[in-house]
Amino acid sequence: MSTESSLAPFSRRNWLKSLALASLANPKLFASPAAHFAPKAKRIIWLTQAGAPSQLDLFDYKPGLASQFDKDLPNSVRGEQRLTGMTAGQKRFPIAPSVFKFAQHGQSGMWLSELLPHTSKFADEICLVRSLHTEAINHDPAMTLLQTGHQIGGRPAFGAWVSYGLGSDNADLPAFVALISRPSGPTNAQPLHERMWGSGFLPSKYQGVRMSSGKDPVLFLSNPPGITTERRRAMLDDVAALNRMKLADYHDPETQARIDQYEMAFRMQSAVPDLADLSKEPADIYERYGPESKKPGTYAANCILARRLAERGVRFIQLYHRGWDQHNNLPSGIKSQCHDTDQPTAALLAELKERGMLDDTLVIWGGEFGRTVYSQGVLTRDNHGRDHHPRCYSVWMAGAGVKGGHVHGETDDFSYNIVKDPVHIHDLNATALHLLGLNHTRLTYRFQGRDYRLTDIHGEIVKGVLA
Amino acid sequence: MLFRRASILLAILPVHLTAAELSFNRDIRPILSDNCFYCHGPDKNHRKGDLRLDVREELIKLGPQNLIERITTADADDLMPPAESHKKLSAKQKDTLKQWIAEGAKYEPHWAFVPPVKPKSGNSIDDFVRAELKKHGLQPAPRASRETLIRRLALDLTGLPPKVSDSSDKSDLSDYLDRLLDSPHYGEHVAVGWLDAARFADTNGYQVDRDRELWPWRDWVIKAFNANMPFDQFTIEQIAGDLLPGATLDQKIATGFHRNHMLNEEGGIIAEEFLAEYTADRVETTAAVWLGQTFNCARCHDHKFDPFTQHDFYAMKAFFHNVPERGVGIYSNPVRTNAPPFVKLPAPELEAKIAALNAKLKPVEDKLKGLAAGDIEPWAKKLAATKIDWQPMEPQKATGGDNPPQIADKAVMIGPQETRANNIVIRAKLPAGKITALHLECSTTAPSASFQWSELKVGKTKLHAIDATHVNVLDNDRKTKSVLSVAPDKPVQALFELEKPLEGAEVAISIGVENAGGPSQWRLFATTNATELIAPVSIVTIAQKEAAKRTAAERKQLASFRLAQMPEHRHLSEEEAALKKQIAAAEAEIPTTLVMEEQKEMRPTFILMRGAYDKPGEKVVAATPAVLPALAADLPRNRLGLAKWLVSRENPLTARVIVNRFWQHFFGTGLVRTSEDFGSQGEPPSHPELLDWLAVTFQESGWDVKKLVKLIVTSETYQQSSRHSSDQSDLSNQWVSRGPRHRLSAEVIRDQALAASGLLVENIGGPSVKPYHPPGLYEQVVAQRDNPKATYQQGSGDDLHRRSLYTYWKRSVPHPGMLLFDAPFRETCALRRSRSNTPLQALNLMNDPTYVEAARFLAQRMIKEGGTSIESRLTHGFHLLLGRKPSPQELQVLTAAVERSIKDFTKDAEAAKQLLTFGEAKTDDKLSPAELAAYTTVASTLINLDETITKE
Repeated sequence: MSTESSLAPFSRRNWLKSLALASLANPKLFASPAAHFAPKAKRIIWLTQAGAPSQLDLFDYKPGLASQFDKDLPNSVRGEQRLTGMTAGQKRFPIAPSVFKFAQHGQSGMWLSELLPHTSKFADEICLVRSLHTEAINHDPAMTLLQTGHQIGGRPAFGAWVSYGLGSDNADLPAFVALISRPSGPTNAQPLHERMWGSGFLPSKYQGVRMSSGKDPVLFLSNPPGITTERRRAMLDDVAALNRMKLADYHDPETQARIDQYEMAFRMQSAVPDLADLSKEPADIYERYGPESKKPGTYAANCILARRLAERGVRFIQLYHRGWDQHNNLPSGIKSQCHDTDQPTAALLAELKERGMLDDTLVIWGGEFGRTVYSQGVLTRDNHGRDHHPRCYSVWMAGAGVKGGHVHGETDDFSYNIVKDPVHIHDLNATALHLLGLNHTRLTYRFQGRDYRLTDIHGEIVKGVLA
Repeated sequence: MLFRRASILLAILPVHLTAAELSFNRDIRPILSDNCFYCHGPDKNHRKGDLRLDVREELIKLGPQNLIERITTADADDLMPPAESHKKLSAKQKDTLKQWIAEGAKYEPHWAFVPPVKPKSGNSIDDFVRAELKKHGLQPAPRASRETLIRRLALDLTGLPPKVSDSSDKSDLSDYLDRLLDSPHYGEHVAVGWLDAARFADTNGYQVDRDRELWPWRDWVIKAFNANMPFDQFTIEQIAGDLLPGATLDQKIATGFHRNHMLNEEGGIIAEEFLAEYTADRVETTAAVWLGQTFNCARCHDHKFDPFTQHDFYAMKAFFHNVPERGVGIYSNPVRTNAPPFVKLPAPELEAKIAALNAKLKPVEDKLKGLAAGDIEPWAKKLAATKIDWQPMEPQKATGGDNPPQIADKAVMIGPQETRANNIVIRAKLPAGKITALHLECSTTAPSASFQWSELKVGKTKLHAIDATHVNVLDNDRKTKSVLSVAPDKPVQALFELEKPLEGAEVAISIGVENAGGPSQWRLFATTNATELIAPVSIVTIAQKEAAKRTAAERKQLASFRLAQMPEHRHLSEEEAALKKQIAAAEAEIPTTLVMEEQKEMRPTFILMRGAYDKPGEKVVAATPAVLPALAADLPRNRLGLAKWLVSRENPLTARVIVNRFWQHFFGTGLVRTSEDFGSQGEPPSHPELLDWLAVTFQESGWDVKKLVKLIVTSETYQQSSRHSSDQSDLSNQWVSRGPRHRLSAEVIRDQALAASGLLVENIGGPSVKPYHPPGLYEQVVAQRDNPKATYQQGSGDDLHRRSLYTYWKRSVPHPGMLLFDAPFRETCALRRSRSNTPLQALNLMNDPTYVEAARFLAQRMIKEGGTSIESRLTHGFHLLLGRKPSPQELQVLTAAVERSIKDFTKDAEAAKQLLTFGEAKTDDKLSPAELAAYTTVASTLINLDETITKE
């Protein structure tokens, strides 16, 4: 699905033609923001929680359920909801109240779970959406919908759209970076797909670049053993000298572009390791992000890296943390997930705030769907599981342009159906694009004769969450 | 950039027209399609104001002047297209429409639906191209040099660089061309585009993304191209080979084309939902690959731009909806198990192995049958009469556990246990005689306690479970451990047979206890009775009944217990199980490949409302799209009929679409640049007459692919130099005023480096291989069920150096070397790759062990085969990689590089050593390391040149 828009090569070449050869394809030319209107957010940090965190145990407080333990979920609530093959055969749908306590936090008095002691300190920064919904009930289609606006792969990821629409703010770094982490606990970690940060039918230069802290943060970044920076520089000078001879002979603008890309590669070789080297962070940073932050590749380390990327002007930073798929042993599983994520998430918010960056950074925390109020498998007082639930779930946003200390939307007493202000994935995406200064109906790309967009033919800006 | 692009859109619309030349298809349809059809086009359900502009009668009904009025009015509320569409007509477009109306608003059927005919004038590629050049005031470029052409031909036809002998060969170029077309590498190279189209991969895709076996289909494609199978036959066998009379195995394998779609194995999915996806994928892929149409738009509603209805979509689906398939994969199956239907490939060695194993199995099974056949009555009588003499064993000492075990009243008190797993060792006195079996008894005063006995050892002697109450299996194999619950009213006991009788004064019994509560009391007993007469109470009770009074279930229970107690039966059973396991393993090794089949009972097909699998509407039968020529009456209404219709002379699309993609293969872009879309939103052909001439010529040749290829590459148009003109006229080469110059594909870039360095392993076909791959890519994202370490298991030896089309293609994590150079994910059909130019590509070519190793071997060839001077060695390197000799200026730069690097690596011997051991293959250690390292850096320079990764 990487065929380019029919117009891209022409337009690119014509555009190139209009410029002096010497400045051809200088990446900085791509950098000028082309927003539709003044943006509130310069960048997005998407803290994707893969596997679907339970809204009932984290965000959607349902005190009334305590008295409903092991009672059957009324059919009137369940309606004709389709079930996954995992619980479709269950004879009963016994209600499993959350085993975790909730309390009110901040000036706003937002109800949050005891699983999130650190995040709770930022209740007044957070805009909690309790009424998000989706159509997909299985992980891959749901995550693909969340990222690309369509359940089946082939369309560009959110970050690729942003990269296409706004370009990069840093000539040495890509506009869209993906950071992946695995859970520390022995949970069932749902697999991911490279296409989730792919460019779909957009040209591949817009695809997300996977990065990690540690030795080789970007693929093939390090020189082979025996090749020092000086040797690389000398070799690149030879390459450039020969390529310039070629350019003088053939006059093909692509050759000039190639010369420039080799120079950018060389700059990346010094800029990226510097960026990904967390060892220079002061000791108190590790205390703030928690003990896991010293291990490369953990969610905590990725949160530090996210802040460093944000500081350097990367527009779309997407973290993925796997392991939220608690079909059974939810209480212990979710505890372990929160142990991995709560403190680093809060530390990231704190740091962004201290540096004044929360004003122009939009942070989004959430997964691909919610989980059921009824137990999957055996229900006891201290143990149960929860199945997939697409009809309602919670995410939060914080930072640029969103209302802090605000709860948007409401679900019924069972967190099963939305009763107020539903927000579809397309609405969430439209709103996030809006905050970046992009009109989701105008950010389009012609492919197979159709003008595609992230929100497909849907999407309404959720005015209620805007500051 | 978005907006730059939009403004350029207007600039590139045909501007060369004079008022007299207005053509509906070229000048009017693109304007109407892009700006009006969305609301006033073929989709009846979405049509606004009951007005359609894709049909002349409807425009006349409206009154053409009204159209002009609405597009030119100053009233923002009335203006078309409306503001919310974000569409706007330019002044020029408005003028064009006005002129068209003034001239009588003539319509033409969409060009691609009119059958191609040979134009009256012009009978070669060059005729048509020259005519257009003249029209645009352009000159053709001179012919490219012989060495450039040799490299261009080699790369275009085989995907490999020319051999050094090819460029020095002075024979006729047409002989060289024939050699290339006869090379087995031709089929490999041409196959790649077809694999993209067919979405070929080695895994099922979606979330779990486990392996599948479909490489035999990939090999079929290579073979078919090499054998120059006519394209109509190539089509028919892939769409419906199984339905041909007396279908051969090869023809069945060919149908794997439409099993290449993804298959979801995720737990909990709904089969119907995904069956709808797979069949839709087959419709969309068929429409795109053969018809150049975007049918996906018609899945949920009538097409907004092209005259295809939702009915057309589902009528096409009916052709593909009759396969005996499940819709979901079976996740519990071992990895690589294909989802039915599939065929087995001949595997003589494995079949012989299986036959030999079966021959061994037969006597074992016979003996087992013999044992089972014996009369059980004498044994049952004896069993009924026997009273087992269980003598208590006196515990001497007990150790282990969270709390020290206590001994009292010939019993051991254990617990309570807190730790998850404990090992308790009890030393006990053994009664005299040959001990044949042990009896363990456990009771507790705690309300409930549960145990998992994970291990039970007597010295080193293996124990065999005879019985245990409340427990199914209890043995020494940790795989079959099972929970044992004890309560005050529910003591448990377990009988164990000793493999070898035990004799002595004292014995140590160790019991692995997992998840125990407690406290609990354990007693031990031993016996010297013959083990075949030791049985649980339940069995003894049955044995004590009169034979005639035993129920069928009891008889069965008794018989199977007797057999289980016979050591001989046990040994034979183990042997039988081992043989069966070996047979199953060998069976699993026989390659299979996914195919299409028809099920006997027709599965009904319905229009799915808004494309939703659970919203069936009207029932439909298999039919081809209504707007295209009808399926001939004598063709069957199944896939075979569809396949023959696709390649029938009446079909206006297939031949055009296919010749266009071959044109794209050689020139980088098609005559229709949107090679996947020949609809009204696609671009019209730059050279319509040439496209039609090629299409008809192709059909008339009997769909002879190699003849078509030869026609293209022997044209003067193809053989032009690819240097840009100094004034950069025809910058995009839309009018083909020069030869093609563009970046090579991911596959060719790697294959070229392997070939030039001499590392390439040229074997054709077979299972996919796993070459070098950066670590860490799988670990963070893949499923762990079949790959607990979630890691890429890199191959070695030949596997590292096969051609890239044999690289294992995992859909969720395709090889990064492929993705970086714009290979598609292979999840859905792709007919055109982009050609990006990124810094990540530079990093890949500089630092991937694939290319560093290739540089080492290219360096070795330069030194060993290239004479003794720096100049002759560099010249040899140029010939190997670029098929030409270097210029004096190039030599000057590189000679300096060699001299500098030799000095450098002589000083830093350690660096040379490190560089020379990067990658698995070993260079000749007799060569001077400093020299080899120096030439390696220069070879790496060559591999990274713009020219190297460009066809010019």
